[in-house]
Amino acid sequence: MIAARDIGFRYPRSDAWVFQGLSFEIEAGQVFGILGPNGRGKTTLLKCLVGLIKTSAGTLHLPDAIGYVPQGFSTPFAYTVMDIVLMGRARQIGTFGSPRAYDRTIAAAALADLGIERFARRLVTSLSGGERQMVLIARALASEAPIMILDEPTAALDFRNQSIVLHVLHRLSRERGLTIVMTTHHPQHALEIADAALLLQDGDRHAVGPIAQTLTEGHLSDLYGLPVRAAEFDHGDRRSTAMIPVLHAARQAAP
Amino acid sequence: MDSAVQAEDSRALGGTDLQGIGVTTALVLLLLAAAGVALSVGRYPVGFWDLMTIAGGWFGIGPGRAGVGETDWRVVELVRAPRVLVAALCGAGLALAGATLQGIFRNPLVGPQMIGVSSGAAFGGALAILLVLGAAALIGLAFVFGLLAVMIVYLVSRQDGRSPILMLVLAGVVVSALFGALVSLLTYLADPNDTLPAIVFWLMGSFAVASFTKVAIVAGALILFGLPLLMMRFGINLLSLGDEEAEALGVPVERTRWIALICVTAITASTVAIAGIVGWVGLVVPHLARMIVGPDHRRLLPASALLGASYMIAVDTVARTLTPAEIPLGVLTAIIGAPIFGVLLRRTQRKGWEA
Repeated sequence: MIAARDIGFRYPRSDAWVFQGLSFEIEAGQVFGILGPNGRGKTTLLKCLVGLIKTSAGTLHLPDAIGYVPQGFSTPFAYTVMDIVLMGRARQIGTFGSPRAYDRTIAAAALADLGIERFARRLVTSLSGGERQMVLIARALASEAPIMILDEPTAALDFRNQSIVLHVLHRLSRERGLTIVMTTHHPQHALEIADAALLLQDGDRHAVGPIAQTLTEGHLSDLYGLPVRAAEFDHGDRRSTAMIPVLHAARQAAP
Repeated sequence: MDSAVQAEDSRALGGTDLQGIGVTTALVLLLLAAAGVALSVGRYPVGFWDLMTIAGGWFGIGPGRAGVGETDWRVVELVRAPRVLVAALCGAGLALAGATLQGIFRNPLVGPQMIGVSSGAAFGGALAILLVLGAAALIGLAFVFGLLAVMIVYLVSRQDGRSPILMLVLAGVVVSALFGALVSLLTYLADPNDTLPAIVFWLMGSFAVASFTKVAIVAGALILFGLPLLMMRFGINLLSLGDEEAEALGVPVERTRWIALICVTAITASTVAIAGIVGWVGLVVPHLARMIVGPDHRRLLPASALLGASYMIAVDTVARTLTPAEIPLGVLTAIIGAPIFGVLLRRTQRKGWEA
């Protein structure tokens, strides 16, 4: 779906690479997490993957259409949720066209798929953070792109909404075979739904691979520069891992 | 935005397509009523039935011209009809231009005047009058300098691919001041007996010397450049999301915006060339329209055009009937528009500048 060979990015007239020497592949149907401390180029890399900016080095193979989910709205106009979701059809509609009944059906189906069809007539300005995130995901879904790229989809959400959004993304990947790429600050979120992850460190250092081999105590400790411990949970039918930063000596001593 | 609640109310009223048709019908009826009043009132009043008889004649119904007095017919058809038509077309064009600019600059507080199109076009037109180049050159130069002014504002105000409201307004002030100074220079250089009064009265704005040639010019500009704008009104919705988001949705942002900007400039320049600087219409009317149909540009653009036509006819009728001597149009639109703008500014500022 996406193949990156030795890609790098630096701003014009700048010698400093934001990131460099990145190679990874994102397979169709995968959930792919991108992690890294602030300022290591997560957002820049995401913009490259969406096609908003061009890489300065290497080769990057991207699909034709991408469903992009930004962190929030920035329009000053109080559009309805339906208006916003219809905008996901921009590629099909074109510059001089208007949405037709078919586009409306697709948009309504996207809202229904996420269980938020009751929002259709509401104004986006009246939505909560979690509701906005769901509307933006519905818009990406309406674009019918095979891949969805999300910029920290859980960043501004409360505990409950974080779980809801993660669950929706996981379900879209499993049920529709949608490829999902997301940046996140929570190793936990990647552990819960991602199949593979990319850890962005300084300059050209990075780790990439299946989630179990990438999001390890060692890698995360190294990445964020603080000791991290894994905790295993047994849910009966499945097992899960939680990554916990260890800030105090007292916790360090605990099992 | 502050109008969110109102917009929701209006959605409740104008939400479905059937109700959308109702709003459109009401706006068309308003326009017809405004035109009817404008055709009948004035220093020589024409009665309702006489007006109906003349209007019937235009559509081949009834006796038409033969059914009324010669003077009635002359006043309505030769004097007032072209004036009302020019006013309607200019009002529709300016409101359409303003609604488009507000969409693509993602800010409900911009208009053709604020981003320098008007002052640029004024300089071009004044230059054509000073050099006695004729009507075609006046339109052409008004267009070229209007576009130049917008380009300067756009480039100056752009930061990291966005045009923040403060930069936009400041760049607009700078460019307007520059072209204002250049217009002053032209009036200083102009012949006090000949080109000077021509420039001054043209700048103040008026539909007084309307003719069917002028109707044809503005109508031509509206068809050539207004129809593309109406066709790309969904694209204007997309541009109002901001460059990055629109680009990510697959919109060719730069191309779409330039097409829209060129259309807006051509429409504004044609109205400036015909009627001088008629400010505030492009700023105020889209706001009124947004209160009726909501912010969706698919509805907003046609509604703005219809409402702008009615508004312009009404203002022009007041301008020529309120006092024995005509009030310059630009003066009147500013007297009405500036206070409305002030109110909008306060209301929006409470919600923060950054759009």
